[in-house]
Amino acid sequence: MFRKGASALAVWAALCFCHAAHAATEDDLKELRDQVRLLKLDYERRIEALERRLQQAEAAAGKAEATARDAGLAAGKAESAATQAAVQASSRPAGENAFNPAVSLILNGTYSNLSQDPNSYKINGFVPSMGEVGPPPRSFSLGESELAISANIDPYFRGTLFAALAPDNSIAVEEANIQTMGLSNGLTIKAGRFRSSVGYLNEIHPHGWDFADAPLVSRAFLGGQLSDDGVRLKWVAPAELYLDVGFELGRGRSFPAGPEGGRNKNGFGSSNLFTHLGGDIGASTAWQLGLSHLQTSPQDRMYDDADAAGAMVSNSFTGKSRLWVLDGVLKWAPNGNSTDVNFKLQGEYFRRDEDGTLTYDTSGASLGAQAGGYSSRQSGWYLQGVYQFIPRWRVGYRYDRLDSGTARLGLVDSGALGAADFPILASYNATRHTLMTDWSPSEFSRLRLQFARDDSRKGMTDNQVFLQYIMSLGAHGAHKF
Amino acid sequence: MKSMLTFIMAAGAILAATPAAAALNVFACEPEWGALAQELGGDRVSVYSATTALQDPHRIEARPSLIARVRTADLVVCTGNDLEVGWLPVLLSQAGNAKVRPGTPGFLEASQLVVKLEVPRIVDRSMGDIHPGGNPHIHLDPRNIARVAGALSERLAQIDTANADAYRARAASFQDRWRAALQRWEQQAVRLRDMPIVVYHKDMSYLVNWLGLREAGSLEPRPGIPPTPSQLAELVQRMQREPAKAVIYSAYNDPRAAQFLSERARIPAVMLPYTVGGSGAARDLFGLFDDTLARLLAVAK
Repeated sequence: MFRKGASALAVWAALCFCHAAHAATEDDLKELRDQVRLLKLDYERRIEALERRLQQAEAAAGKAEATARDAGLAAGKAESAATQAAVQASSRPAGENAFNPAVSLILNGTYSNLSQDPNSYKINGFVPSMGEVGPPPRSFSLGESELAISANIDPYFRGTLFAALAPDNSIAVEEANIQTMGLSNGLTIKAGRFRSSVGYLNEIHPHGWDFADAPLVSRAFLGGQLSDDGVRLKWVAPAELYLDVGFELGRGRSFPAGPEGGRNKNGFGSSNLFTHLGGDIGASTAWQLGLSHLQTSPQDRMYDDADAAGAMVSNSFTGKSRLWVLDGVLKWAPNGNSTDVNFKLQGEYFRRDEDGTLTYDTSGASLGAQAGGYSSRQSGWYLQGVYQFIPRWRVGYRYDRLDSGTARLGLVDSGALGAADFPILASYNATRHTLMTDWSPSEFSRLRLQFARDDSRKGMTDNQVFLQYIMSLGAHGAHKF
Repeated sequence: MKSMLTFIMAAGAILAATPAAAALNVFACEPEWGALAQELGGDRVSVYSATTALQDPHRIEARPSLIARVRTADLVVCTGNDLEVGWLPVLLSQAGNAKVRPGTPGFLEASQLVVKLEVPRIVDRSMGDIHPGGNPHIHLDPRNIARVAGALSERLAQIDTANADAYRARAASFQDRWRAALQRWEQQAVRLRDMPIVVYHKDMSYLVNWLGLREAGSLEPRPGIPPTPSQLAELVQRMQREPAKAVIYSAYNDPRAAQFLSERARIPAVMLPYTVGGSGAARDLFGLFDDTLARLLAVAK
């Protein structure tokens, strides 16, 4: 009823308006004609002025002794510029190759000098995370050569592949994903295999790290780096202060999920919720804070240990694993110009709670399989500062610390087994001091010298020296903050 | 999980409640395009410049604050030609704003509109950090500014159709004033013809070309490679044989290399604003060229 009334009103108003306009037309016709005449006069005047200006320009050009350079600037400059532009456009590559994606390759190699055997590397107090966590072999060793290929697929998607060519002649797919470009309102969706947004450093490829190796927290809690198969949804708030919120669902194909390769079940095996907050303080300082929560339900997650009798046994964990990570980055450069001098402060705090069942000796190599409760609360953090004091040269220091806490083991509490049957789980606080200096002749090459005193192993201080090169070829990659 | 969901919903509610901003949000990668957008848009645009004259536009961190600004932008104006290759792609891919995706009216690359200088015939990084599409520092030729102004005002009119006439009127007024200023500058600059100068980086090539200066050397041995002692020593020797009138550097360059050469070779070191905000007098685009010319004329003699 109301709507009908409103439309009737609108029609009435429109009719009135038309009528009024019609009446006005006849009255104002003469006035309109006058206006058109005035407009015409105005345009003629303007054209005359333009012609005069052109003549002046031509005269000036004639006076100025047409040298070769002047010829380009003179009257015909528009045409010659247009021709040049046309030539440039016409000489662009054509054919199938023109759509080649951006390709870049990272080459890196290390010379290591280690006072302890890298093959016996472990972090005491923590369940081995099975990833590539140990230091590189002694003497010369080739790092992973990283091949990156990326391109826009169409207006809606972008595709990226990072393949790691390992020195043992194997190839690993580190990342292979698609990302939306066509969504608005701050939304992006990523699907495929990608580095999980848990903590700060996990999303950054090793060639972008400020030290030759990963922090101890990444080794103990994420198996080096966590990259899962799944999907990510992220939303950026429309505000001056940067705020994003997102979540990831994955199969849980690697530590802290388990077993290796993921569980044989529908749905998802790991979930990660994250949020970041960031902004500037004046022109010189930028900061970002992040919080993430990774949740997995490992089933038969295996690790090897030696029991009290010295027999090698395989143990397994089934239960829930919850990881909280708080991370922060602060970058400073005078007036925000990082070319000559800059400073970067970075730190992350990890805390993990695990609850479930621990099965001792699953394969019956020693006293036979026995299961009991397991619960632990473990944490760790690192803080690092890197200072570029003159162009090309940087120095950095990093302090790592892990706090294993004391795991509650049902089998030990009940007296079925002794604490000595789980030596790797014995409480221990690992620490490491790292000092590095690097020299970057250009944006694309870097040489690094690093010293570390690594106390990951109980009573076995490892003094490490690394000499490393990292070079990048091909497309100029853009780096995250 | 539940608290996170509540948070997302609350944020969504705030978003929905925010009234549409009246002004068009323009995100300029460099101050010169910010200043141009301000000239052409007046109070109908709200301009944010991602960089300042004291920052090297090649090396900018993809800061969270920049992502936040791209997120709410209606128009992104950048130089392009790989000048921002190290940071702009991150901003665009993280911000989730389809309005300013390359290829849409909301994304304008100024370098696409002008004829580029120094397009390399051989593209190889052994020659330094060269740009395959040619030198990207196009704004130091004021004739290029006029070309970009034409395209930028058309984009403003296209995006904000309600105010299209106002943008075109402002553009016409700007072009008139710019033409008059250009005439004045070219008259003043006759004295600068063939003046030999040493530059810091290849960021002055368009100025050199416009004014007919002669580039007698460069402090950087190769583009993007910082000056080395051997390069400076070689320059000092060359300056003794055939002295340049001045060694010029940008507001964002470390002045020490230029001062070193200036003292050894006894030629003045001249800081040029390079872009809007690079000096007290370079408050807008007109001031940028007024001040640049004044500083060069002071050493021309």
